[in-house]
Amino acid sequence: MAARPDEGTAPWLDPKAQPYIRIENVTKKFGEFVAVDDVTLNVYRGEIFCLLGGSGCGKTTLLRMLAGFERPTSGRIFIDGVPMEGVPPYERPVNMMFQSYALFPHMTVEQNVAFGLKQEKLPRDEIRDRVAEMLSIVKLNGLEKRKPHQLSGGQRQRVALARSLVKRPKLLLLDEPLGALDKKLREHTQFELVNIQERLGVTFIVVTHDQEEAMTLASRIGVMNQGSIVQVGTPHDIYEFPNSRFVAEFIGNVNMFEGRIVEDEPDHVTIDSPDLGGVIYVGHGVSTAPDAIVWAAIRPEKMVLSREQPPGEYNRASGIIKEIAYMGDLSIYIVQLDSGRRVRVTKPNTYRHAENELTWDERVWVSWDESSSVVVTE
Amino acid sequence: MANPSYVTLGQRILAGLDKALTTVMASPPYRWSQGILRRAGVTGRTLVIAVPWVWLLIFFLIPFIIVFKISFAETRWLGSPPYAPIWEWVEGHALHVKITFANYLFLLSDSLYVQAFLSSLKVASVSTILCLLLGYPMAYGIARADPSWRNTLLLLVILPFWTSFLLRVYAWMGLLNNHGVINQFLMWTGIIDEPIVMLQTDFAMYIGIVYSYLPFMILPLYSNLEKHDPTLLEAAVDLGCRPFRAFLSITLPLSKPGIIAGSMLVFIPAVGEFVIPRLLGGTDSLMIGRVLWDEYFLNRNWPVASAVAIALLLLLVIPIVIFQRYQLQEASGEQQR
Ligand SMILES: Nc1ncnc2c1ncn2[C@@H]1O[C@H](COP(=O)(O)OP(=O)(O)OP(=O)(O)O)[C@@H](O)[C@H]1O
Ligand SMILES: [Mg+2]
Repeated sequence: MAARPDEGTAPWLDPKAQPYIRIENVTKKFGEFVAVDDVTLNVYRGEIFCLLGGSGCGKTTLLRMLAGFERPTSGRIFIDGVPMEGVPPYERPVNMMFQSYALFPHMTVEQNVAFGLKQEKLPRDEIRDRVAEMLSIVKLNGLEKRKPHQLSGGQRQRVALARSLVKRPKLLLLDEPLGALDKKLREHTQFELVNIQERLGVTFIVVTHDQEEAMTLASRIGVMNQGSIVQVGTPHDIYEFPNSRFVAEFIGNVNMFEGRIVEDEPDHVTIDSPDLGGVIYVGHGVSTAPDAIVWAAIRPEKMVLSREQPPGEYNRASGIIKEIAYMGDLSIYIVQLDSGRRVRVTKPNTYRHAENELTWDERVWVSWDESSSVVVTE
Repeated sequence: MANPSYVTLGQRILAGLDKALTTVMASPPYRWSQGILRRAGVTGRTLVIAVPWVWLLIFFLIPFIIVFKISFAETRWLGSPPYAPIWEWVEGHALHVKITFANYLFLLSDSLYVQAFLSSLKVASVSTILCLLLGYPMAYGIARADPSWRNTLLLLVILPFWTSFLLRVYAWMGLLNNHGVINQFLMWTGIIDEPIVMLQTDFAMYIGIVYSYLPFMILPLYSNLEKHDPTLLEAAVDLGCRPFRAFLSITLPLSKPGIIAGSMLVFIPAVGEFVIPRLLGGTDSLMIGRVLWDEYFLNRNWPVASAVAIALLLLLVIPIVIFQRYQLQEASGEQQR
C-alpha cells in the first residue's frame, strides 16, 4: 500500500537526486529543554515520509518548524532549494493538517475548505469547483452545509484533510492524521491517503506514533527518540536492519539477547550469550571492539519451534512453553528458556486443524537461521 | 501544607456534621416532611431552583408590580402618597377602580420625553461603541499576555471598583474643570493660554460613562477571547492568510458572543445612567434617567415617573430578550461541539 516512489526508483539512493526538503542540523530549544536535537534529514519529491516516535519526542515541533510556526534555534531548512529563514507561514508552499484539526467552528464544511482558496483571491467559480472536487475525494458530499460540531470525529478529520489538500500544496504536513479513527476506517483512510498522494503528486510528511501506520504508509520512516532522528530507512530496512536497540524494540516485537563477542571475523561473528544460554552465530561481520557487549535481535516470526533438538551448535536453546495466544492468522508462543529468559515466537496458522500441536508446558527447542539475527551495539 | 491541627479540627467538624445530618434524616419529622414534599412533587432540585425565583419575586417582581400600578394612577398634587389610589372601597357602593392611560399619553404628547429617550439611546450607543473600541484591544492584549501576567492585568481592570463610584466621578470633575489638573498642566506647558471648557460638556459625559463602564466591556470580552484556540489562527495563517486578515475572519467572528455580552452590559445601564450626565454633562444634556429623577423628586409626579420607568424597561427588554435568545443558541451549539 505504501507510496511508490517515482519511476520505481528510490531517489534517496541516487546521489544526484535533489532533495525536496533539506533539514540541516536543526535544533529547537524551549528554554533549556531541547525538543529537537541536531536533526539532519532529506525528503524527496513524491515521498510519504513518516516521522515515528514516542509521545513528546519532538515530532510536532519538527513539523511546526517546517510550516513556519516555530523558528529553529539553530540549523537551516530548505524547501525546493529555497532557504526558509524569515519566510512567514502564509508564504510557504506548505500546508499542515493539525493534530487537533483546528477547523474553524463558525464556518461550514464548505467554507472551511474554501478558506485557503479565498486567500489566493481565485475566481468564485473556480473556488466552488475545487471545493466540490476535494469534498468528493474525501467523500464528504452532502455534508457541505454542516458546521464542524455537527460532524463525527472521522468526518472532521476528513474536512481537515480536504482543507489542507485543496490548495494543492507541494508539501503536506500531517500531524497524526488518523488518530481519531477506528481501526477499519483508519486502514481505509490510509489507503485513500496513498491514493490521493499518488493522484496529486504531493509530498507528505506524516507524523505518527503508531508503528503499524508508519509501515503501511511510508516510503521511508524516520524514527525519532528524544529529539533526535535515530534511523532513517524504508519500512523494510527499519524492520529488518534496525541500527539500535531502541529502533528494534520500538518497531514490532523483538527478542533481544545480550552477549559478548568471542569470535570477530569479517564474514561472521559469534556471541556468547548467557542470556540465551548458548552461542549466537551471526552470518555477517560486525565492526566493534572484540569483547564488546552487544545485543542480538531476532524477530519472533524468524524463530522456529521444534520438539527435536535442531542440528548444529549455535542459535538454539531449549525451554518450556508458558503461554500460547491464538490470534487467528498466527499464534504467539511465549517460551521460558532454561536461562530464565522468556522469548516470543510466532507461527502462522497454515492449517485449520493441525494435529499434534505444541501445547502448554511442553519442552521445545527454539532456533533460528544465522541470517535472521541483527547485531546492535547500542 | 495545612496545619495538621486545622486538618483534624476540620475532619472533626465534618464528622460532626455528618452525624448530625444522619440523625436529622433519621428523625420522624424529617421523614414525614420528606414524604409530604415528595407526594407534592417537590424535589431537592426544585428547592434549589426556587431560591433565585423567590429572590426575583421579592426584589424585582413585586417592586415592578407596584411601579406598574402607579403608572396607571392619577396624579394627586396634595397628600401622600402623591397619587390617587387605583381601587377604593367607596362606602355604600361597590369597589371603585380608576385606571388611566393619561401618564403614557403624556409621555407621547410632550416631545421632551421622546427626545430624552432618543438622546439616551444615542448616548448609550456611542458610549458602547467607544467602550468596544477601547475595550477590545485591551481584552485581547490581556488574553494574549503571558499567563503569569493575566491575573495582574485583570486585577488592574477591576481595581477602580474598589473605590466608590461617586468618588471616581468627582475625581474626573477635579481633572476636567477649568482650574483642574489637565487645564493647569496644559497652561503650564504653554500649549494653551485659556482653560479649555471640558466639564459640563458631552465630552466630559462620554469620558465619565466610558471610564465607568469599560470594565463591563473588557471582562466578558476577555473571558471569551481567552478561550480561543490559538491553533485556529495558525491554521488560517498556514492556509495563506495574513495575520490581520486572520484576526478579522477568525478571531472577530468567534468573539461575537463576548462583544454582544459586553455591549449589553454597557448599553443597558448607560441608557438609564443618571449620575454621570448630571455631574459631568452639560445642563442641557437630556437623559431619560435625569428626566426620571426630576419627575420623581422635583415634580413629585410619581405616576408619570413610573410611566417613564415602565417605558424605559420595555425599551430595554427587547435587546435583553434578543441577547438571551442568542446566548441560548450559543450554549446549545457549544453542547454539541
Ligand atoms: N511551546 C513549548 N514550550 C515548551 N516546551 C514545549 C513547547 N512545545 C513543545 N514542547 C516540548 O517539546 C517536546 C516535544 O513536543 P512535541 O509536541 O514536538 O512532541 P510530539 O513528538 O509531537 O509528541 P506527541 O506524539 O505526544 O504529539 C515535549 O516534551 C514538549 O513538552
Ligand atoms: Mg505531536
